[in-house]
Amino acid sequence: MSELWQLSVTRASQLLADREIGSIELTESLLQRIADVDGRLSSYITVTGDAARQQAEAADRRIAAGEAGPLTGIPMQIKDLLCTGGMPTTCASRMLAEYVPVYDATAVGRLREQGAVLLGKGNMDEFGMGSSTENSAFFPTRNPWDVEKVPGGSSGGSAAAVAAGMATFALGTDTGGSIRQPASFCGITGLKPTYGRVSRYGLVAYASSLDQVGPLAQDAADCALILQAIAGHDPHDATSLPDLVPDYAEALNGNVTGLRLGVPREYFGEGMDAGVRAAVTSAIDQLAALGAEIHEVSLPTTEYALACYYIIAPSECSANLARYDGVKYGYSHQGDGDMWEAMERTRQQGFGPEVKRRVMLGAFALSSGYYDAYYHKAQQVRTLIREDFTRAFEHVDALVAPVSPVVAFPIGERSDDPVRMYLVDVYTLPVNIAGLPAMSVPCGFSDGLPVGLQLIGPHLAEARLLNIAHAYQQATDWHRQRPAL
Amino acid sequence: MPIDPTQVQHIAALARISLTDAETEAFTRQLSDILDQFEILQSLDTTGVSPTAHVAGLDNVLRDDEPADSLPAGDTLRNAPRRRGDFFQVRAVLDE
Repeated sequence: MSELWQLSVTRASQLLADREIGSIELTESLLQRIADVDGRLSSYITVTGDAARQQAEAADRRIAAGEAGPLTGIPMQIKDLLCTGGMPTTCASRMLAEYVPVYDATAVGRLREQGAVLLGKGNMDEFGMGSSTENSAFFPTRNPWDVEKVPGGSSGGSAAAVAAGMATFALGTDTGGSIRQPASFCGITGLKPTYGRVSRYGLVAYASSLDQVGPLAQDAADCALILQAIAGHDPHDATSLPDLVPDYAEALNGNVTGLRLGVPREYFGEGMDAGVRAAVTSAIDQLAALGAEIHEVSLPTTEYALACYYIIAPSECSANLARYDGVKYGYSHQGDGDMWEAMERTRQQGFGPEVKRRVMLGAFALSSGYYDAYYHKAQQVRTLIREDFTRAFEHVDALVAPVSPVVAFPIGERSDDPVRMYLVDVYTLPVNIAGLPAMSVPCGFSDGLPVGLQLIGPHLAEARLLNIAHAYQQATDWHRQRPAL
Repeated sequence: MPIDPTQVQHIAALARISLTDAETEAFTRQLSDILDQFEILQSLDTTGVSPTAHVAGLDNVLRDDEPADSLPAGDTLRNAPRRRGDFFQVRAVLDE
């Protein structure tokens, strides 16, 4: 008999509905698991056990009254970049270490309305800036498959928690790969929805034209249930899409026969681990065996995506993070000095090195004399990257590729070399630049560490991606492999 | 494109961040490395390509201008580092 903390959302939801288990037992099992293993992994910044128990009791009453939804009573972790009213939201930054929002992010609020149980907040790279969760101002998170390795980032705490059975699911955010890459490194399933599919209200802004909220869970069926709860228009976010939300669970028919899948040749370049290449190639063969047609395609602007992203994202970051002035909320330098000096000290002491790097990079790219060569140029390249995808989707229904060229790397290996760190996300950044939906699906191991298959779809094709992932997961059990802890 | 410590200090001033000498030294090296990566963009011909600022495909999102309650002052000021009554307290903006 498996432990309750090992259950998927789908399975736990069935057991709760059938009254085989109660949310309080399930929640206690998860809290005990956190107490047992998070000392080794550090995936949580805040754990709120008592509040979780109260929510679980309320969920049990709702279930007994026959008023439950599929997520009622299911324990979750929320990345500490998403506002939780009345509960600290630190963004893993010294700047917001004491910050307590007065409202919930829309995505969080929708899950709470469904009766999901909030266990606590997930560790991350400060303000979402990083690929390893080493940029947390508090502590690094460790990979449950090998505690000497990083869990990926920036939603590394969320991915590690789901992989280690410390959350039945988690909500993360993805600006350049921050859901998909940690999901890949930790061997779980992650979905970055189309830009605008999920409201960004209450997501602490990093790069507003790229940021998106999405689920991290055990499999595609779980991701479908979570996306169903959080997707849809929100009057509080003018960029949230008005399009009708389809029934994602209904789309999971497991049939990919005749589906045209494109393999972008630029996503199998130099610098890729041989083990990653082998696992991804074999996953593509498996999809072909399930009836999909495989076509090679080209996305010729791919090699410019890294530079394009690292101009656009820091530029937006430098504008967004201008709000941290030590006046309205957050850390505030209390020593001597005039207004400007206090502000400069506040930002020196409140921000970590990677945040400072990106704020300064953005200030540079937007500054007089450099704007045209950097920011304007990057926006033009953004157009070309979008057009690459548009052309490819005239011929294929979805793209299949690796999530990252590498598997989880040793803690400390890349932290002093920003460029080497940025290269880890070379295959996830273009998706954010184009605003497309994409998933990370476990597809094997390299040197004992998980490898993720990336599925990329056209605008609002989440249902199609979830079904491809579901078909693959019906035929394989990579997503069921769990680390021994 | 290499940048020098003076430029890094200038950028830091634009971004309102004080830097120690050690930070200035490290950021000069790291920002130069990153800017080197951007050189590749100059080899791509973008003549006549319109820039993309946004990918939501939405224009002029408007709503009716209906009065509604906003956050009460107490909530708005809850996280203020320094306040006086219902105001954020700031340091002197003008010289005395």
